[in-house]
Amino acid sequence: MPNETSGGRQPPLFSFRRESLRYRAQPILNNVELDIYAGESVALVGKSGAGKSTLLKALRQQQSRSVAWCPQDCGLVPSLSVFHNVYMGGLNRHNVAYNLLVLLKPPGRPVAEISTLLDKLHLPEKLWTPVSQLSGGQQQRVSIGRALFQRQPIFLGDEPVSSLDRYQADALLTLIACHHPTRVLALHDTEQALQTCSRIIGLRAGHIVLDSPAAEVSHRQLAQLYV
Amino acid sequence: MSQPGTNQRTAQLDSYGQIRRTTFWFAAAALVGLLLADLDIVNANPWTEFARMGQGLLHPEVSSWGELLEWTAKTLAFAVEGMTLAIALGMLLALLYRHWWIRALCAFLRAIHELFWALLFIQCLGLSPLSGVLALAIPYAGTLAKIYGELFDETDPLPRSTLLQPNGLSAFLFTTLPLAWKPLLTYTSYRLECALRSSIVLGFIGLPTLGYHLESTLREGYYAQAAALLYTLILMVIALKYALQKFLLPIYVLLAFWYLPPVAEVKPEFILRFFTQDIVPAPLQGGWQADTGSRLWQWLQLLWQQQMWPGLANTLIISQIALVSTAVLALLAFPLNSPHFTGRASRILGDSLLVVLRTIPEYLLAFVVLLFVGPSMLPAIIALTLHNGAILAHLLGGFSAEICLRADACRGINRYAYEILPRLYRHFLALLLYRWEVIMRESAILGILGIATLGFYVDSAFEEFRLDRAALLILTSALLNIGIDNLARHLRRRLHLSTTPETL
Repeated sequence: MPNETSGGRQPPLFSFRRESLRYRAQPILNNVELDIYAGESVALVGKSGAGKSTLLKALRQQQSRSVAWCPQDCGLVPSLSVFHNVYMGGLNRHNVAYNLLVLLKPPGRPVAEISTLLDKLHLPEKLWTPVSQLSGGQQQRVSIGRALFQRQPIFLGDEPVSSLDRYQADALLTLIACHHPTRVLALHDTEQALQTCSRIIGLRAGHIVLDSPAAEVSHRQLAQLYV
Repeated sequence: MSQPGTNQRTAQLDSYGQIRRTTFWFAAAALVGLLLADLDIVNANPWTEFARMGQGLLHPEVSSWGELLEWTAKTLAFAVEGMTLAIALGMLLALLYRHWWIRALCAFLRAIHELFWALLFIQCLGLSPLSGVLALAIPYAGTLAKIYGELFDETDPLPRSTLLQPNGLSAFLFTTLPLAWKPLLTYTSYRLECALRSSIVLGFIGLPTLGYHLESTLREGYYAQAAALLYTLILMVIALKYALQKFLLPIYVLLAFWYLPPVAEVKPEFILRFFTQDIVPAPLQGGWQADTGSRLWQWLQLLWQQQMWPGLANTLIISQIALVSTAVLALLAFPLNSPHFTGRASRILGDSLLVVLRTIPEYLLAFVVLLFVGPSMLPAIIALTLHNGAILAHLLGGFSAEICLRADACRGINRYAYEILPRLYRHFLALLLYRWEVIMRESAILGILGIATLGFYVDSAFEEFRLDRAALLILTSALLNIGIDNLARHLRRRLHLSTTPETL
C-alpha cells in the first residue's frame, strides 16, 4: 500500500520493515511495517497501553535532528519561568555564552519572539511565571510552545492537547499544523483525529490494525480499536 | 508460599535483622575499643581548671576591639576565598563526575583533612594566605564535587531528553542545574559554615585566624579573653544564615580577595625540592644502590611498627568509640528539637543549644577538654561526641517533625520507644553512616593535639622535618578514610538505607 500512494515522491521520512519495537526490553509492537512521508499528518489512535508512545519514540529516533518533540509528560523545569522553558527549545541555535546570558538577563529579541508565541498559545500574561505555579493545562501549552520554538519541520506529539478543552485543543492543533507540514500525533479523541489529520493509524494488542486515509475510516473501525 | 506479600514481609524481616546485627557489631566494636582505650584523667585536679574556665565564660573580656575585628575579618576572608575556589573547582569536577577516575580523584582530595593539606602547603608556600586558602579549597572541592555530582545524577532526566541537543553545556544550564539548584544551595551554605569552622581551626597551626589567638589565650590560661573569641565564633556562624543574601555574595567575594589577597612568595626551588627530595623516602634519596631495596624494606618496617600501626589502631579505637557515643547522644538529645516531646518555646531553646554545640569545631572542643583532663583519648572522644551528636540530634529532631501521630498516641517514654524511635531508626542509621567517615577523619587529625592517632605522628614528622614519613602517614590516613567511605556506602546499600547525599 505505501508504494501505491507514494509513486514518484521523495523517500519516506520514517520507515519500518517488519520491526519489533521495545520499551524497556519488553516488546510492545510487533511486525511494524510503516512508511511516513513528508507532508503527511498522521494520528495514532488506540487504547492506552496499545503502544502509541513507543511508536512515537521510535519515530523520533529515526529523525532525531529534525523533530519538534512534545512528550506526554511535559518534562518542564518547574523552577524556571515560562520564558526560559520555551526558550529551551531553541538552545541548539545559539552558543553557550549567549544561552547563559539568556538565563541570567534575557535580551530583547528572544523575549519578543517568545511573547508573540505565548500570545498564540493564549498564555500572554505568564512570561515570567515559574512553571511550577501553572495549572496542568497551562503547563501543556508551555510544552507545546517549547516544541514550536524548536522550529523543526516534523512535529511529534504524544497527547499534546489532552488537558485542554475542546476549543483550545482545536486552536492549538491548528497552530501546530501551521508551523509543521509533517505531523504525527497520538490522540485519544478520535473525533479530533479525524478532523485534524489526513491519515489514521490504529494500534491494538501490539499490532498496527488500521492504516488508511482519514476520509475512508468508518466509526465502526475506530470503535473496534477500543473494544 | 510464593505470594508476593509474604516475600516482601520476609525481605523486610531480613532487613530488620540486618539493621539489628549492624547496630550490635558497631556497639561491640566500641566496647572492645573501650577495653583498649587509654581514658585516664591525667590532670590531678581537673575541676579547678574547669571552674576557672567557667569563670572566664561568664566574664568575657575583649583586649582590643580593633584586633578582634581584624582577626574576624581574616577568618571570614579565608573561608570565603576557600569556598569560592572550592565551588568553582567542585562544579568543574562534578560536570565530569561520570568518569571513574574523576570520582577517585575527588575521593582522594577529600580523604585528606584540610589541616594535613595546610601542613603540606605551608612546607611549599610558607605561612602565607595562599597556603590557607588552598588547604580549604582542595578538600572542599572534592566534597562539593561528590555532592553536586550526586545531586545532578538524581535530577529528572525528562526535561533534558526533550531537547534537540541533550548533551551540551547549554542543556545542563537550562535543565539539570536549575533542577538541582535548591538542594545545591542548601548544601553549599552548610559547607560555608563548615569552612568557617575549618578556617578557625587553621589558626591552631599558625595561620592568622581567630583560632590562632584562641589557642594562645587558652594555652596561657586567659580564659576571659578566650571566651570573648569563642562568643565571636558562635555569633559569626549564627549570623552567617542572615548575611547570605544573593546580591551581597559578589561583594563578599571581592572584599575577601581585596582584604587578604591569596598570595605567597613562591620559591620554585622549594617546591621542586619538596617533590624531588623532601617527600621521597629516605633510603631512596641517595639514588638506587645495591642495598637500597633492603634498606627501604627496613625503613618501611620500622615506620609501620613505630608509627603507622599504633597511629592506625588508636585512630580506629577513638573513632569507633566516638561513633557509638555520638549515636547515643543523638538518640538522647533529639527530643530537644522534636515537637513530639517539647513545646514550641522549649523546642526553640533546645534546638539553639544543639546548634551552638554544633558551631564549635571538634578541634577546639578537644583542645579545651584537653586542658583540664590532660592528654588521653578522653578529650578526643568527648569532643567528637558533642559536636557530631549535636549535628545528628538537630537533624533527627527536624526529621521527626514530619512524623504524624494519631491523636490518642501514647506519651513520654512510651511514645519515644514505640512510636518515634522505630520510625526514625533507619534514617538515623543512614545519617550515622555518613558521619562515620567524618569522625574517622577528625580522629586522625586530633592527634596534632598530642593524642597518639595518625595526626600525632604526622605532626611530629613535620616537626622533625621528616617529610617522607609525613607524606606516607598522610597517605595512610587517606586510604583509611577512602576505605571507611566505601564500607559505609556498601552498608547503606545493603541495609536499603537512603543513599542520597546528606543535605542539611
